[in-house]
Amino acid sequence: MARKSHVQTTINGETVEFLCEPRQSLLEVLRDELHLTGAKEGCNNGNCGACSVILDGRLVNSCLVLGAEIDGKSVETIEGLADPEKLHPIQDAFLENAALQCGICTPGFIMSAKALLDKNPNPTEHEVRYWLAGNLCRCTGYDKIVRAVLDAASAT
Amino acid sequence: MAEKKEYKVIGTRPIRHDGVDKVTGRAIYGGDFQITGLLHGRVLRSPHAHARIVSIDTSRAEAHPGVKGVVTAQDLPTAADKMADLGEGAVNLKYLCDNILASDKALYKGHAIAAVAATNPHIAEEACELIEVEYELLPPVLEVRQAMEPDAPILHDNLRTSSLGETGDKPSNVASHFQHKKGDIDKGFDEADIIIEREFVTGTVHQGYIEPHNATALYNPDGQLTVWCSTQGAFTVREQLAEILQYPISKIKVVPLEIGGGFGGKINVYVKPLAALLAKKTGKPVKVLMNRADVFEGTGPTPASYITIKMGATNDGKITAAQTSLFFEAGAYPGSPVGAGAMCVFAPYNIENAQIDGYDIVVNKPKTAPYRAPGATNAAFGTETVVDEIAEKLNIDPLEIRLMNGAKEGDRRADGPVYPRIGFIETLEAAKEHPHYGSPNGKKYHGRGIASGFWFNIGLESSVTINVNPDGTVNLVEGSTDIGGTRASIAMQAAEVLGISAESVNPTVVDTNSIGYTAVTGGSRTTYATGYAAYEAAQDVVKQMKERAAKLWDVDEDNIQFADGEFSSINGKEEQISFKDLSARLGETGGPVIGRATMNPAGAGGAFATHVVDVEVDVDTGKVEILRYTATQDAGKAIHPSYVEGQIQGGVVQGIGWALNEEYIYNDDGAMTNASFLDYRMPTCLDLPMIDAVIVEVPNPGHPYGVRGVGEVPIIPPPAAIANAIYDAVGIRMTELPMSPDRLLKAMGKI
Repeated sequence: MARKSHVQTTINGETVEFLCEPRQSLLEVLRDELHLTGAKEGCNNGNCGACSVILDGRLVNSCLVLGAEIDGKSVETIEGLADPEKLHPIQDAFLENAALQCGICTPGFIMSAKALLDKNPNPTEHEVRYWLAGNLCRCTGYDKIVRAVLDAASAT
Repeated sequence: MAEKKEYKVIGTRPIRHDGVDKVTGRAIYGGDFQITGLLHGRVLRSPHAHARIVSIDTSRAEAHPGVKGVVTAQDLPTAADKMADLGEGAVNLKYLCDNILASDKALYKGHAIAAVAATNPHIAEEACELIEVEYELLPPVLEVRQAMEPDAPILHDNLRTSSLGETGDKPSNVASHFQHKKGDIDKGFDEADIIIEREFVTGTVHQGYIEPHNATALYNPDGQLTVWCSTQGAFTVREQLAEILQYPISKIKVVPLEIGGGFGGKINVYVKPLAALLAKKTGKPVKVLMNRADVFEGTGPTPASYITIKMGATNDGKITAAQTSLFFEAGAYPGSPVGAGAMCVFAPYNIENAQIDGYDIVVNKPKTAPYRAPGATNAAFGTETVVDEIAEKLNIDPLEIRLMNGAKEGDRRADGPVYPRIGFIETLEAAKEHPHYGSPNGKKYHGRGIASGFWFNIGLESSVTINVNPDGTVNLVEGSTDIGGTRASIAMQAAEVLGISAESVNPTVVDTNSIGYTAVTGGSRTTYATGYAAYEAAQDVVKQMKERAAKLWDVDEDNIQFADGEFSSINGKEEQISFKDLSARLGETGGPVIGRATMNPAGAGGAFATHVVDVEVDVDTGKVEILRYTATQDAGKAIHPSYVEGQIQGGVVQGIGWALNEEYIYNDDGAMTNASFLDYRMPTCLDLPMIDAVIVEVPNPGHPYGVRGVGEVPIIPPPAAIANAIYDAVGIRMTELPMSPDRLLKAMGKI
């Protein structure tokens, strides 16, 4: 076992420190070291998007980032999205549109949608579909997810 | 008995009860579970499709620093070659155990050989690589026609064909053959003016849920085994663990956490017994997670199949005879869904003369598991394509020929049952009236196709208790794991009875120690059967609360009425109290009220669907684009229409994936070569248009609100509808799934 590295980073606006092995992915660190299990492991090789988080403003699959790489950077995860008093408009739109069934892909889709709307607040349906193509959902057929993101865009 | 009335809660679209947890990342799925002292388990799997296991040496793995325990088939109780009843049918115990850990033979690439528990998952993976297994390679059998050859390699030396009541005298890969007959098949074909006979081949596809299988197990020194996991049915997990581990059910508690999709694939257990064995060996809690390749290679796909369909019709479009042989891959152990395929293959039509032969055949692939209307999609691909061809040859509109032959109440299905009130014709009429069907369709390389489907749906056991809170809300306790919004659809049925809002019911899915037996979330049964139990439990609450009101007013219980959330006395002096106000007075009138119901309802209503699809075929690349999709479906009564639409849309898209892209691609050695989400390509949102879901409501007479199951039937029509649309676009009948670009280019003679 290699020596663990000390990492200092910002997660959802809070300074966080942890130790991690060089081989541990950001996803593994979030889930197993920091107990932020909102990011899900669906494939662990960047194909499903269930582990999507925003790293220094850029959407990434956290399974393809090493934990040690986020030293000095800033990570946004699903756990940081809602205020204590109210949900984020994307979260509300997912609930109102019934845009989830089993819900395992939902945190990834919401983070992906947030990254889209941060860049492009008024996407077309095609732009939403293009942007979300890196997130797999097996339950919904995507119809209600796409509508939820379009609704969230018009609500903000 | 279905009530015809206006509802206050049924048919509305409240926010689901578990919604906030699921959009904030707080919901705890099986893989998210944490417990002090947790070890991590990983599984060594066979790299060979068919091999005799000569020896397994785990000593180097056991000596690896951080490893706490290794298990192989030697650690399973000796499995007798006997049948075990697991609620959903009998299973050969040796097959069940051998699929968990191979004992004498590895029967597919991905077959579990050993499992390791270590202080972290990386160490467990390293240790798996240190296990030395000596294999004697055997030739693999990868397809049903190959498996039936007289000189085919044999998977199970003790397997004899059970055919129409007789047992064969030599080993075979054909586990069973059955037959359904109706009328006189020869006479039916004699009456036909046109006979179409075609062969169809469908590939192996996977359920494709995004959450891999998982389990955390803990053995306490007092012998109590607890398993936290995601599953479609906590009670079936308990039963399977009891049989595989030969352990008393009374000492097993299964705690179902949130489940990330199942579609039938999370009924059978895989890693749960391994977690239990490792927990026993190490004395620590052990979590076993699959990776994605494990899921593809080690868990139930739905079978590839070879199907022949022969149908005859008169010149005016009446189908006079239908005959099929369904050859289904079971995977490594007997038990394909060919029986269900046979029930559904001709089910949408009233055909006087029919014969159905089904064959269950073992091959060197993972043991198949149910996948959304198991068997029916394969079968309907054949039937619905042939019906389309008959319509075309007779110059009859494909929707009209279905209307002419469509099954109605009182018609007998080829496998025996007589239909109660069903809504097939209504789905056809809804499709016919939809603007999609009447819209222009004439562009070059554009085509339109339609197809229909049937799924019978099931009932089975469900239990519900309802605890009344002093503020007029209720806590509803149930055992059906919620894969797609069933907390809401179950709670809403109780709310309707009690005259309270959906939000005033708090539904909780509990463990096997905390509710009566409840069968799996599957067979499109949950909103129907557990919902029915919630209805009855709520009626029980009403009955008890009437007794309390009677006590309060000192009148006879028979004088108490309950309507619109108010209890009232119908004679003597006028008294009235709301459900809420009476809830606050339960203590003084005798103590808390708990309503309860258990059921095994027999009146599951069959579901029909009719789909219309427009496609564009790129004749240079062979790619098929879905331009427009409309799905009509009889839901009986949609409790929460948004989630009914969601089931329809999701099923359609799984069907589109099956039709166009998805398949296990095998090399000659029997190894799956595309065991990742990159190479096993499921539809993304960029591949799709919006899916127009049209809910038709023909109430099921077997449910108080008329509910039919909705989850499964929408996956059935898409492959045939798309094949028919491709024919309309380019004039080529596709008879093999998936209709991927390479197959289409070959069929068009381009490569």
